[in-house]
Amino acid sequence: MRLTVNGRRRDVTAPPMKRLLDVLREECGLPGTKEGCGEGECGACTVLLDGAPVVSCLVPFAQARGARVTTIEGLRGRSALQEAFVTEGGAQCGICTPGMILAAAALPKKATMEEIRFGLAGNLCRCTGYTGIYRAIRKAAPGRKSLESSVLGARSSVRERGARRRKQ
Amino acid sequence: MRRCRPAPRTRVVGRNVPRKEGAAKVTGRARYVDDLSFPGMLWGRTIRSEIPRGRIREVRHSLDAGFVVVDHRDISGRNFVALIEEDQPCLAAHEIRHFAEPILLLAHADRDRLLEARVDVASDPLEPVLDPERSPKTFKDLTIARGDLDSGFAAADLVVEGEYRTGHQEQLYIEPNGVIAVPEYGGVTVYGSLQCPYYVHRALKILLAMPDEKVRVVPTETGGAFGGKEEYPSMIAGHAALLALKANRPVKIVYDRTEDMVATTKRHPAIIRHRTGVASDGRLTAADVDILMDGGAYATLSAVVLSRAAIHAAGPYRCPNARVRARSVMTNTPPNGAFRGFGAPQSQFAAEVHMERIAEALGMDPVRLREINALRSGDETATGQKLGGDTSALAVLREAVRRTDFRRKRRAWTGTNRGIGLSLFFHGSGFTGSGEVKLASKAALELTETGARILAASTEMGQGTRTMHAQIVAETLGIPYARVEVGDADTARVPDSGPTVASRTCMVVGKILQECAEEMKARLGKASPREYLRRHGPLVVTKEYRRPPGMRWSDETYRGDAYGAYGWGCDVAEVERDPVTGEIRPIRLTAVQEFGRAIHPILAKGQIEGGTAQAIGWALLEDVAMRDGRMANAQLTNYLVPTTADTPAIDAVILDNPYAHGPFGAKGVGELPIDGPAPAIVNAIRHLGFDARSIPATPERLLAAGPKR
Repeated sequence: MRLTVNGRRRDVTAPPMKRLLDVLREECGLPGTKEGCGEGECGACTVLLDGAPVVSCLVPFAQARGARVTTIEGLRGRSALQEAFVTEGGAQCGICTPGMILAAAALPKKATMEEIRFGLAGNLCRCTGYTGIYRAIRKAAPGRKSLESSVLGARSSVRERGARRRKQ
Repeated sequence: MRRCRPAPRTRVVGRNVPRKEGAAKVTGRARYVDDLSFPGMLWGRTIRSEIPRGRIREVRHSLDAGFVVVDHRDISGRNFVALIEEDQPCLAAHEIRHFAEPILLLAHADRDRLLEARVDVASDPLEPVLDPERSPKTFKDLTIARGDLDSGFAAADLVVEGEYRTGHQEQLYIEPNGVIAVPEYGGVTVYGSLQCPYYVHRALKILLAMPDEKVRVVPTETGGAFGGKEEYPSMIAGHAALLALKANRPVKIVYDRTEDMVATTKRHPAIIRHRTGVASDGRLTAADVDILMDGGAYATLSAVVLSRAAIHAAGPYRCPNARVRARSVMTNTPPNGAFRGFGAPQSQFAAEVHMERIAEALGMDPVRLREINALRSGDETATGQKLGGDTSALAVLREAVRRTDFRRKRRAWTGTNRGIGLSLFFHGSGFTGSGEVKLASKAALELTETGARILAASTEMGQGTRTMHAQIVAETLGIPYARVEVGDADTARVPDSGPTVASRTCMVVGKILQECAEEMKARLGKASPREYLRRHGPLVVTKEYRRPPGMRWSDETYRGDAYGAYGWGCDVAEVERDPVTGEIRPIRLTAVQEFGRAIHPILAKGQIEGGTAQAIGWALLEDVAMRDGRMANAQLTNYLVPTTADTPAIDAVILDNPYAHGPFGAKGVGELPIDGPAPAIVNAIRHLGFDARSIPATPERLLAAGPKR
C-alpha cells in the first residue's frame, strides 16, 4: 500500500488492520512515535495525517492509504518549536514530546491561550503541568512559519488545520 | 527570582543552560526501552493471579515448543524481590496474596501468538483482607514523641479533632514499565526504564545467584517515573532475566497500560487522625497524630514511606508537646510503593486541612494561625531537629499571601462560588535519618581530553539530572558546561551513587560530584586536561558521601536530625465550583517554594509546575476504584489525570536561601511541590462552605460531606 511518510513516498506491506503506530515504528523504522496507552487517551502516538493530528494507535493502516503522514522525524532539523521545547522546559522525560510537538504544530497560526489548551487537550503530559509547553509554544509563535515550512508533506493543509480538530 | 538570602555569584550554576538530552528528545532520536531491539529477541508476558487471596492448586497449559515457560522452580537463587523485607516472591509458588500477582512467565518470538496463549491457574480462594483498619498484620509501626501530651492538652483552651483520608494514586508515567534482558558473558545485562540501577543489580544477583560482575544494569532513556520505577523494575527485570537465561535469547517485556495500572505500585492510601490542643491566642499546645497506611500485600518500601509520613505529620509548626503514632499494614491488594513525596503528601494533607479547621474553630485568620506557629530558625521539629538558617516557612507564607492578594480575595469571595485556600508545608531532602550514612553513596569524575566525564548512578527521568550535575561540575572546575560529559548510569561503569529518589540527586549526589571536581581541580593545578593526561595518564576521582558535621539520628528513638535540610513551600489555590455539576475547577495555583538554590531555574520551575499538576490530579480527579482487591478502572478512559483542560495557570515562584552543605546552596526540589496543592485545594473548597476532609474531592464526595458546621 502506498503512502507518503515525511515527504517520502513509500510502498509498505502490512495487514490493513495493523495500527498505523506499529506500521510507523516497525515497518518504516520511525520509533520517534511513542505508545502510551493504546486506547487513544494519552496522545503520545500523535502524528499528522494529511496535516491533521490523529492518535496513530487508533488508526488502522488501511485508513492511511494514499495519505500524507508526518512524524516527529519529519520535522527537519530543529524548528523554532522544537528549540523552544528545549529552552522553555516543554520537554522533561520526553515520552509525550513527539506527539505534543506535532499537536502543537497543528495549532492555528496565532492561537490564543484557549485555543492552545483546547488543541492540546488530547495529549497528556505527566511531567510539566503543561506550563513549560505553553511557554514553548508562545515563544516559538513568531517563528511558526519556519516550523510549517519544515513539516514536509503537510504544507498544503496548513490553512485547514485551524479549522480541523482531532479526528475522534 | 526573589531572595530570602542571596546566593553567591556563579557562572554556570543558576543559568538555564541547554539540557544535555534536549535535542534528542524533541527530534525523536531519544531511545526508550521499547525502541530497542536485539537480534533473536523474544517477547515476554506475565501470567498473573485472578483472585486477591488463595492457594495455587495447579497451573495448566498446552503450549508448543515455540514457547519458553518459566515458573518459580526455574529460579536458581532465592525467590524474592530484594528490597527491605524478604517477603515478596518474584513468582508466586503456592500462595496468592493479591490480584495480578505474577505466577508464570512466557516468551515467544511472535507477539500475537504470545498474547493469544492460554494458561489456566486453578486456585482455592481464601477470604481476602481488604480493609486496612481490620488488617491482622502490621508491616511497621513507630512513634515519635516530644514533650508531654497531657500537660499540653491541659494548657489548651480548645481541642480540635478530625479524621482525614487520602486515596491510592497511580504514578502514570506516560511510558509504561519495560525492560530487555540479554544473556551474555555467562550472565545477564538488563536495559530498562528505571530509577535505581543498583537496586535492580542487587535484586538480580540474589534472584539468579550470580556474582557482581555477571549482572549489568543499564537504564535507558526513562519516560517518567515518579517513584513508580523505584522498586518495581526489580520485579520486571527479574522476570525478563529468568526468561532470557532459560531461552538463551534476549527477552523484552513492556507492559501495556492496563497491566501497568493493575499490577504495579501506587501511592499508599492513608487514614489520619488528629487531636490538637490550642490556646485561645492561636498557639499550639499539644498535637496527637495517628497514621494508618495501607501497604498492600507485601512490605515493599512501606516502612520508609511510613517513617517519612510520620516525620512530616505535624507540619512545619512549633509544638512543644507532640506525639505521632504511625502504622502500615497488610491488605490483599497489589503492593503500594514509592510515589513522589513518599508519605509526606498524605500526612501533610491531613495536617494542613486540620490546621484550617483549627483556624475555623478559633474564628482566626488562617494566615495568622500559621504565622504564629510556623517553624523559625533555631526551633525544633517533632523529632528534636534544631533548624538552621535555611528555614523559610514564614518567608514562603508571606510571599504567597502577598502575591495572591489572599486576604482580600478571602473576604470578597466568601459566600460566592469561588474559594481560596492555602497550605504551608516542608519536605526533607535525602534519605531519612541514618539512611544516607548507610547508603554511603559514591560518585566519580573522569578527566577527558577537553574536560571531564561524570560517572554516577543517578538516572535521567525527565528532571534534568545530567544537566544539573554537569552544571555543578563545570562551575567547580571552572570550565564551560559543554565540556562536561555525563556517562550512562551503567552499573558496569559507574559507582553506586544510591537510588535516584528522595530529592537527593542534586543535594546529595551533586555535592559528592562537587567534591570530586574540587579535588580534580586541585590535582590539575595549572595544567590543561590534555597536558595532565599526557604527563600523568588517566585520572578518575571518586568520592563518598560525608555526613554534614553535627548531624545525629537515632533509629531506635526516632530522635535527631531526620534530614540534612528541608525545602519550604506555601501554595495558594483559587477554585470555582460549577453550580450545575458540582465540579471543582481550579483557576489558579500559586506555589512559592524555597529549596536552597535553583541550579537550573527552568528545570527547577518544571519540578514545581509538574509536581503541582500531579497533586491537583490527586486532589480532584484521580480515583482508583479498588473492587475486591482489583483496580476496576485500570485504563486512561476512566482513571482521569489532569489534561490541559483540567490544569490551571500555575505560578511557580522560587525563593533563595542557600543551605550550607548543599552544592552551591541547593537542597532537594523533586518532591516538595507535590505536598502542598491537595490541602490548599481542599481548604479552598472549605472556603466554599463544604466540610471536605478527604481526597479525591469529587462532586459525589463533596455532596456526601455536606456543609461546614
